[in-house]
Amino acid sequence: MTYKIVASQCTSCSACEAECPNVAISEKGGTFVINPKKCTECIGYFDVPQCVAVCPVDNTCVIDTAYPRYQVAG
Amino acid sequence: MHASTTQDGVSQGGTGGHLVTIDAVMQQVAEHKGCGTQGGSGKASCGSAAGQGDLPTEIWEKVKNHPCYSEEAHHHYARMHVAVAPACNIQCNYCNRKYDCANESRPGVVSERLAPEQAARKVLAVASTIPQMTVLGIAGPGDPLANPAKTFKTFELISQTAPDIKLCLSTNGLALPDHVDTIARYNVDHVTITINMVDPEIGAKIYPWVYWNHKRYTGVEAARLLTERQLRGLEMLTERGILCKVNSVMIPGVNDRHLVEVNRAVKSRGAFLHNIMPLISAPEHGTVFGLTGQRGPTAQELKALQDDCEGEMNMMRHCRQCRADAVGLLGEDRSAEFTTEKIMEMEVDYDLEGRQAYQARVEEERVAKVAAKQEELATLAGARSDITLLVAVATKGSGLINEHFGHAKEFQVYELSTAGAKFVGHRRVDLYCQGGFGDEDGLQTVIRAINDCHAVFVAKIGGCPKADLLGAGIEPVDQYAHEFIEKSAIAWFKGYLGKVAAGELVHTPRGDAAIRQGALIVAA
Ligand code: SF4
Ligand code: SF4
Ligand code: SF4
Repeated sequence: MTYKIVASQCTSCSACEAECPNVAISEKGGTFVINPKKCTECIGYFDVPQCVAVCPVDNTCVIDTAYPRYQVAG
Repeated sequence: MHASTTQDGVSQGGTGGHLVTIDAVMQQVAEHKGCGTQGGSGKASCGSAAGQGDLPTEIWEKVKNHPCYSEEAHHHYARMHVAVAPACNIQCNYCNRKYDCANESRPGVVSERLAPEQAARKVLAVASTIPQMTVLGIAGPGDPLANPAKTFKTFELISQTAPDIKLCLSTNGLALPDHVDTIARYNVDHVTITINMVDPEIGAKIYPWVYWNHKRYTGVEAARLLTERQLRGLEMLTERGILCKVNSVMIPGVNDRHLVEVNRAVKSRGAFLHNIMPLISAPEHGTVFGLTGQRGPTAQELKALQDDCEGEMNMMRHCRQCRADAVGLLGEDRSAEFTTEKIMEMEVDYDLEGRQAYQARVEEERVAKVAAKQEELATLAGARSDITLLVAVATKGSGLINEHFGHAKEFQVYELSTAGAKFVGHRRVDLYCQGGFGDEDGLQTVIRAINDCHAVFVAKIGGCPKADLLGAGIEPVDQYAHEFIEKSAIAWFKGYLGKVAAGELVHTPRGDAAIRQGALIVAA
């Protein structure tokens, strides 16, 4: 899976952009978006997804269930 | 009360029309020297309210034309903030990042955010239009040090193009220890740290979380991290000779009593100035405090706490809790004149000499103002009275009573006693005039805001509000229009004491006043 940003809640503060270890986040049309091809859920870098940890609005960086898990077991 | 001249004022002031001799000025400076030893109320005025006093020259040079670090300077010099720092690394219960935060200079989502290059251009445009603009601050809308690349790039560009402008920075302190050396390298003159507690238990009630070292910390642990890093950062800055101001938001029932301890902690670490600001928390701001009904302090509560801390160190009472994109004198916001669109069209001509000449004139004005006050004060020398009272003043700056009652967005408040006139605060009353003069609600707002004052000094006032003010027990005074504030206030006070002595008037204390909620925004 990957994370996604709920656009209607994003304040465009850009905090997540600088923290993402995969440079998966960028500005688009006034709010920020996550590139699902780049996001690794921070696995391999940090214990917690950085965008979730830094975002000032709760439940704005959330799992995007439209995608399969990033790391498939086995 | 104090001499406010400077080396510059003396050497450059000779060309003007004011007869201020160097001897007279030195005399005033000498008289002022005693200020640190006069006990509680004397000390307060030294750094923040007046002239050099017992400040070492190198510090005086840094603060004399900084509107935030010198109360006296704030009547004359302007500042601007550029909103280049949107990200933040902590969450405060008095801030809702979706909207304008009134406590921490945040313009919120609706305002323009600038890239460093746009910010540098804006600074040049403002500096050419407002020659008394001497200070550039980065205060948000997030935390400047959570956006280090943008913040320092902006400083770098400005120090290249406008080297005479002082740089300052306002931070929550979490990232501060990591950036102290860079701050020193960019010649940042002043740093403000917002410190609301030194006790993590109290901190946990103000900060739900902090983001540090790739982790989100919550509760007491978060607050402990924050206070440790704030205090360490403060120590590191003062060790390097960088002037530090501490801002604290007064939250009744949460940290109000505790701020006396904060005051001690920051003083012992070398902070230059302490600025206690009232919590602003209207429910419509959507902050945690706004929603839980946490109230802000009344004017009397705020003043009492500031007075309690004043014996300890310099207190700032003139902070306007400006937005992160404010432009102009404190208490005014001209940012609408300098939108990105407008500055891109403006002819920018950075005239360093012109700016210096203008500022030299400002210095003359300051010297003349102080001389006038000293003269008036001398006539009060024999008077004995225990009466202290507050008066409100409508001013557009320059230390003059030069604003119409109905146009005033704020009133400055002075405390009068036989010791003289002392600036003790300001009251926001935005735009009472907007709805026209029949606007009863507006007038009631003004009366509530200055309800603790005995008189209000204005350049002009209409008949209706005059009668209403008198009815509320506040004397409207317009006979000192366009004269110096302190001189006039002292003259009026002398008359007042005279009337009390003659039995024409009975002195009665006044009640409390309300602190108006909301961020300072540009008039529509
Ligand atoms: S979860 Fe991690 S990798 Fe994915 S967007 Fe957020 S910060 Fe980037
Ligand atoms: S941290 Fe949250 S609010 Fe800020 S830009 Fe990222 S998603 Fe938007
Ligand atoms: S917020 Fe306070 S300290 Fe900052 S510029 Fe405004 S008046 Fe000065």
